[in-house]
Amino acid sequence: MLKVENMNVYYGSIHAVKNVSFEVAQGEIVTLIGANGAGKSTILKTVSGLLRSKGGKISFMGEDISSYETYKLAQKGLSHVPEGRRIFQQLVVEENLEMGGYIQTKEKNKDTVQDVYRHFPRVKERKRQIAGTLSGGEQQMLALGRSMMCLPRLVMMDEPSMGLAPVLVQQIFDIIRELNKAGVTILLVEQNARMALSVAHRGYVLETGKIAMQADAKDLLNNNEVKKAYLGG
Amino acid sequence: MMTLVYLMINGLQIGSIYSLVALGYSMVYGIVKLVNFAHGDVIMVGAYTTWYLVSRFSVPAWIAALVSVAVCSVLGMLIEKIAYKPLRKSGRLSLLVTAIGVSLLLQNAMQLLFSANPRMFTNIFTGTMTIGERQFSNATAATIAVSVVIMAGLTLLVKKTKIGKAMRTVSEDNETAQLMGINVNHTISFTFALGSGLAAVGAVFYCCSYSQIQPTMGSMLGLKAFVAAVLGGIGSLPGAMTGGLCIGIAESLTKGYVSSQLTDAVVFGILIVVLLVKPSGIFGRPHNEKV
Repeated sequence: MLKVENMNVYYGSIHAVKNVSFEVAQGEIVTLIGANGAGKSTILKTVSGLLRSKGGKISFMGEDISSYETYKLAQKGLSHVPEGRRIFQQLVVEENLEMGGYIQTKEKNKDTVQDVYRHFPRVKERKRQIAGTLSGGEQQMLALGRSMMCLPRLVMMDEPSMGLAPVLVQQIFDIIRELNKAGVTILLVEQNARMALSVAHRGYVLETGKIAMQADAKDLLNNNEVKKAYLGG
Repeated sequence: MMTLVYLMINGLQIGSIYSLVALGYSMVYGIVKLVNFAHGDVIMVGAYTTWYLVSRFSVPAWIAALVSVAVCSVLGMLIEKIAYKPLRKSGRLSLLVTAIGVSLLLQNAMQLLFSANPRMFTNIFTGTMTIGERQFSNATAATIAVSVVIMAGLTLLVKKTKIGKAMRTVSEDNETAQLMGINVNHTISFTFALGSGLAAVGAVFYCCSYSQIQPTMGSMLGLKAFVAAVLGGIGSLPGAMTGGLCIGIAESLTKGYVSSQLTDAVVFGILIVVLLVKPSGIFGRPHNEKV
């Protein structure tokens, strides 16, 4: 469904992503794990067109999207939940969801909102509140809900568990599973490698901008090197 | 006591014009973080367009005014596309210098076309009305009434419509807005068109009261509207409206009670005080974001 070939991204003279290739198939949950600064977020931003790869090719549903402008990707069914949630703080919760469904019709949005509220009753309780006043966990739920609004085929999530209490982390990962069961393909970037590998089907390990390892998530969980480096022994 | 009322009415009139212009500054600042110093000169172009159509082609004044709104909207979009868009990723200083350049370009182009001589603008709203024992031009009432309607409309547009919400999201977080599928270029163009159209409305009303137009007329009017935008909190629409009215009333009271020589000093004195005491303005919010 999503295929990245030979992605190379530079920040000035720093070569942040080095010749990275990976694939996400329909229906999968794939995770990219790695330490801070390994290039995980950079990869997602490049897929979204916020950054550009030097050479290489990114294709989505068989279409070359390497040079697409960012705003066109939502229409193709590719959604990106950015790092740090980035909800629209000054808009009310409802408006955030409405903006998530910017490319959809009003009628569709009415249905999808109910869907989002079913997954996140907390968001529904707060729908008339200014989004900036939500707690961190609520903001993350809103960010996930907002990404569901465009009825995506593939959702890329950047560190959805960052800064959340363990209970909430569990809840977020349950929802990721549910979404996947409902037919949404997921590309998950996480520092919480244990959690990520426990929901994912496959995983890629990134080290300083390069893919160091790729395998089924179960195998990575049991791999000694991965255990030592990312799972706390 | 009645003097105060009259002065307030005059203040509201010129204040409404400042508000209309300040809205353009504020909207553009909100969305591209640029103080568009060419905005004042867009007002001037609006004034000249109306004057030219009326005096050369005897077009009915209200049609001329509508045409000039359209001309200014297109001009605003063009300025953004040609001068500012290529610099969107460069520093804010480059943008600011470019804005000043565009301002000079517009002023000089107008001098070339129509010479530097002032022209007489005929008042569209003839006739007077009497309030208490003083006569006011119908232009005064029209200015205040139309401005109120326009500002209410604008508030609704920004709060309720899809494009208005898109404007707010782009101004808050440009990148995330794109991830939602919002075409940021269109949204920015729309904002410039809207702001410049409001400037043209301001221009028409300004000229109805101050009949003389010249190529440099935009700089002082623009600067005062900018002060109004800063006073209200630049980036905030209610701020621009309130700021404009405050500046207008302050000016009018100074004229009435102190000296008409001092009005500019008072306006810019207000700017200095705001910058010293509350740089974010009346409605501006200091940044505090939860991560």
